[in-house]
Amino acid sequence: MSTREISFAEAIREALAQAMEADERVFIMGEDIGVYGGAFGVTGDLVHRFGDDRVRDTPIAELGGAGVAVGAAVAGARPVYEFQFSDFALLASEQIVNQAAKMRYMLGGKASVPVVFRMPCGSGTGAAAQHSQSLEAMFGHVPGLKVLQPSTPEDAKGMILAAIDDPDPVLVFEHKLLYKIKGHVPEEKYLTPIGKAVVRREGSDATVVAAAIMVHKALEAAEILAKEGINIEVIDLRSIRPIDGATIIESVKKTTRLAVVYEGVKTLGIGAEISALIAESEAFDYLDAPILRMGGVESPIPYNPVLEKAAVPQVDGIVEGLRNLVKGRI
Amino acid sequence: MTSKPKAAAKPADNARPFYAKHSKEQLKQALRRMWLIRRFEEMAEESYIRGLTHGTMHLAVGQEASAVGICMDLTDKDYMTSTHRGHGHCIGKGAEVKFMFAEFFGKEEGYCRGRGGSMHIADVATGNLGANGIVGGGLPLATGAALAIKQRKGKDVAVCFFGDGANNEGAFHESLNIAAVWKLPVVYVCENNQYGMSVSTARSTAVKDVATRAIGYNMPGVIVDGNNIADVNEAMMAAVARAQAGEGPSLIECKTYRTKGHSRSDRNRYRSKEEIEEWKLKDPIPMFESELKAHGVLTDAEVQAVREAVEKEVQDGFAFAQAGTAPSPETVLRDVYTVGGVA
Repeated sequence: MSTREISFAEAIREALAQAMEADERVFIMGEDIGVYGGAFGVTGDLVHRFGDDRVRDTPIAELGGAGVAVGAAVAGARPVYEFQFSDFALLASEQIVNQAAKMRYMLGGKASVPVVFRMPCGSGTGAAAQHSQSLEAMFGHVPGLKVLQPSTPEDAKGMILAAIDDPDPVLVFEHKLLYKIKGHVPEEKYLTPIGKAVVRREGSDATVVAAAIMVHKALEAAEILAKEGINIEVIDLRSIRPIDGATIIESVKKTTRLAVVYEGVKTLGIGAEISALIAESEAFDYLDAPILRMGGVESPIPYNPVLEKAAVPQVDGIVEGLRNLVKGRI
Repeated sequence: MTSKPKAAAKPADNARPFYAKHSKEQLKQALRRMWLIRRFEEMAEESYIRGLTHGTMHLAVGQEASAVGICMDLTDKDYMTSTHRGHGHCIGKGAEVKFMFAEFFGKEEGYCRGRGGSMHIADVATGNLGANGIVGGGLPLATGAALAIKQRKGKDVAVCFFGDGANNEGAFHESLNIAAVWKLPVVYVCENNQYGMSVSTARSTAVKDVATRAIGYNMPGVIVDGNNIADVNEAMMAAVARAQAGEGPSLIECKTYRTKGHSRSDRNRYRSKEEIEEWKLKDPIPMFESELKAHGVLTDAEVQAVREAVEKEVQDGFAFAQAGTAPSPETVLRDVYTVGGVA
């Protein structure tokens, strides 16, 4: 497999281009994805390569636009709808939650809805409360949807291709701070399996389950703790729905401690789900410490950069939390 | 204030497109479907009253002409989205009542294998993308189906039924705008039965006629007598021709009335008995029968034969459904996701 270093955003663009080259049913739509190239530059020059029928600028109408993508999917197309910010998907939640997620079931399995929603998410850009949320757990609560969160350029490409290839509605949450990170990405088409977590760093003292940008922060924290002789295992969750319970259970049985680090609001989130998953599993008996959740604080995302940082887990806090976890201080 | 029904059927006019363009068989089929809708719904209501089924249902008794007039010339490749009041659309598009009854009874033999019920009933094989429990839910979906047709350079059309209640939903406005901007082959059909549950259009809608809203989306908006199948169908012919010519969407407003309540719990506190009785005089089915006879299309005996055949089909369908298979609890997770590729 020949690879080269490209950015997370370029990896997504490459996935979209390869999917459109391979299958004429695939097209992309969204706000300002044409000549503007997308609010975060993800679609870039695609309109010049594929034309404005396949790279469709939509009116600013998320309910209608996303719903049109759902309808097109049921009728045999393979649309990819880009939300400019995943916060705006709340305007379209009727079509995502009531229609796309349920249509196959309601119709007794006689239809499929192969639609992809791209969801730029997360804080750290100074965009404040309505442009910075992490809503993956909220959408992950809905049966019928699949919810992914890549953390690397390689996974970003593979997950977009897997989502387009999947017969059901898939939401891909792309953390905005990751768009510019670079990594090795294979040139050819490949699919990152949906529902499979991956161990990014092996360790023996505690397991950290993290998603998207928190994977990077957890890895950084693990390096700092390694200097203190604490070995942290870092699992990149990758898929919010379905969750890869087996990989997490296996890891916790080995390390006997669990922390979950995620940007979404702590309460009723990914951390609660993974904690319960362990509490209900055979790994529970292996636990040597209470489970630690580190999530977003119980507030909207603030504008001020100091407050904004304080609203979501940062490396220092993760280091401290994990140190306490391993040293039996919680 | 609601619009008043017209007094009587129009005089025979064999030259009008509806009669000139359809064969005797097609017209007979249209009458058959109108009766099927009526009798299906009456039997469905009866089965609820007798406690044979649970849940709720929304009857479209009195609205049969728009369902059949819109759908009678469509093929299975033309898409349709429907509403919570969707039995008529489903039959109009070609569904068989026995599988609809089975769905009503929650049986595996039902169109949705008992998972959808009345509010999600659909025969997907006929291009029917489903009734919908969300007011306005089908508007973006039909628009999207039309986009899929356009993307593959097809000549089919998508039809979107919705009620007057939906015309104040954002989904209506966003969908019509997108369809017009992209010139999509979609026909929006508003069945204006004058009440969104209990609130009249006069109290809910800033314009007198929903069709007026087409102006804002740069598409034709026509008003027809929704109880006259010929009027409905001729408006549809023009809209389909426009869609197929690549000129984009149309809006048809069918003025009609549901003579039954909104759903099972309706006590009709928002309208008078007189108003309901007045509309019953304008029942679309006898009106169509009179026209067919006046045009010399069908004889009395032939009309009677249609009714009898429908009665048998409905009774047989009801019996088929009652004898159907109840789903087993272990199958509750089936079809949440697709296994093995797109259906």
